[in-house]
Amino acid sequence: MKARIVPLAFAACCVPAIWLGVQAVTVGFGANPVEALLNDLGYVTFVLLATTLACTPAQILFKWSWPIRIRKLVGDFCFFYACLHLLTYVVLDQGLDLHDIVKDVLKHKFIFFGMATWLILLPLAVTSTEGWKKRLGFRRWKRLHRLVYLAGGLASFHFLLRFKTPRIETVAWMAVIAVLLLTRVIETARRRVLQS
Amino acid sequence: MEITPKSLYLRRRDFLKLGAGATLLASTAALARAKTEHGSKLAGVKPNPKYTVDEKQTPFDDITTYNNFYELGTDKGDPSENAAALKTRPWTVEVAGEVGKPKKWDIDEILKTFPAEERVYRLRCVEAWSMVVPWDGFPLADFLKRHEPTSRAKYVAFESVVQPSMPGVKGYAGIPFPYLEGLRIDEAMHPLAILAVGLYGEQLPNQDGAPIRLVVPWKYGFKSAKSIVRIKLQERQPTTTWSQYDGGAEYGFYANVNPDVDHPRWSQAKERRIGDILRRKTLMFNGYGEVAPLYAGMDLRKFY
Repeated sequence: MKARIVPLAFAACCVPAIWLGVQAVTVGFGANPVEALLNDLGYVTFVLLATTLACTPAQILFKWSWPIRIRKLVGDFCFFYACLHLLTYVVLDQGLDLHDIVKDVLKHKFIFFGMATWLILLPLAVTSTEGWKKRLGFRRWKRLHRLVYLAGGLASFHFLLRFKTPRIETVAWMAVIAVLLLTRVIETARRRVLQS
Repeated sequence: MEITPKSLYLRRRDFLKLGAGATLLASTAALARAKTEHGSKLAGVKPNPKYTVDEKQTPFDDITTYNNFYELGTDKGDPSENAAALKTRPWTVEVAGEVGKPKKWDIDEILKTFPAEERVYRLRCVEAWSMVVPWDGFPLADFLKRHEPTSRAKYVAFESVVQPSMPGVKGYAGIPFPYLEGLRIDEAMHPLAILAVGLYGEQLPNQDGAPIRLVVPWKYGFKSAKSIVRIKLQERQPTTTWSQYDGGAEYGFYANVNPDVDHPRWSQAKERRIGDILRRKTLMFNGYGEVAPLYAGMDLRKFY
């Protein structure tokens, strides 16, 4: 039974992609399909990023073991959706105009935060395998993967700046990320105290 | 570790199902992507060949389901979904301030007094998308002159409706209501500026600003205030909703379409025409170069 948590999580992570595919060939994405696709993919990426960040705190707080077993999977899917999101921006939204894209990234915080998030997720996704864990050594690997919290922070601001006025939903998500980070900070401090 | 109780584990599966369920739920809303019901036809509306553009008109369904109207909700689809929350009868429009003849109009009296004509205008939103809309309306200048503006009437302030039933007004939308807009008097008197009462020859759908709205095609869409209840002529530059936001960093009072002045969060050099995938170049004054003399000698980077 327990072995099924991983395939189940895999299936759940596929649902947004399948749904977007179905939508693409049936009802479409409304008046501004590129914007709708960007929004949907960005949202899925963000939720999966928050889910990845929640795995370790869930273990700490509730002593569950299964979240750790799906952490890599959810993180990889998060990167997969981040890539689709970025591709939509580069190809459909900006029409592959590299000059415009570079200007957009450097000039506008909103785009910069999004791009920075992806650039952080890239090495984390690449080194998410057991092989890389061994190659880097667990300590260094762990230190590198702490960057995911920076990605969470940057993604939050990217999400916040998406709207003209701050949305309650976005602020709530930012609070979730903050609480998850705080859990890690407190746990680390607690261990230090216990060790000393 | 074999400590996960089975009940918790089962709950996890419920949680996963819940996630999938939520996704499906959100998609049903998309599936039901509504087509808007058509309003009653406006009588005797003829196209004005002087004011048209030789570009494909945006389909009615797009114009009526992709809206910014925060009083009816902040998402693009909200205004059409919540359209019924706006009641357009009875409706009065009050004209006050620096005028010889102030008046409180009944909307039906306006419709009778000022026959509408069709004008096909480009609409450029500050969010870098655009449409081509066949509006039905009449020159704002005709309407204002009827009230005999005094020499102190330097600006025109517009106020949009607030009805307690409108969902955006009840909740938090990030901006205060009523929605306020304004023009300089010479901008308001320009023949391109109209008050619209319909589109595609039909009464304006509520989500598009029924029963009467401003249309100023050379400015970003947010300048064209919807569902107007008060027009005040005054000597001082009026306070406008978006120019107050964020200390005016985002939106200036003028808000003329200008490909050279970026929005803080994105470039304004290009726009996506609704119906297209790739962007096209944005034109100065949205292609309405005839308004340039209004801004002669002004630094439009400063007065954005």
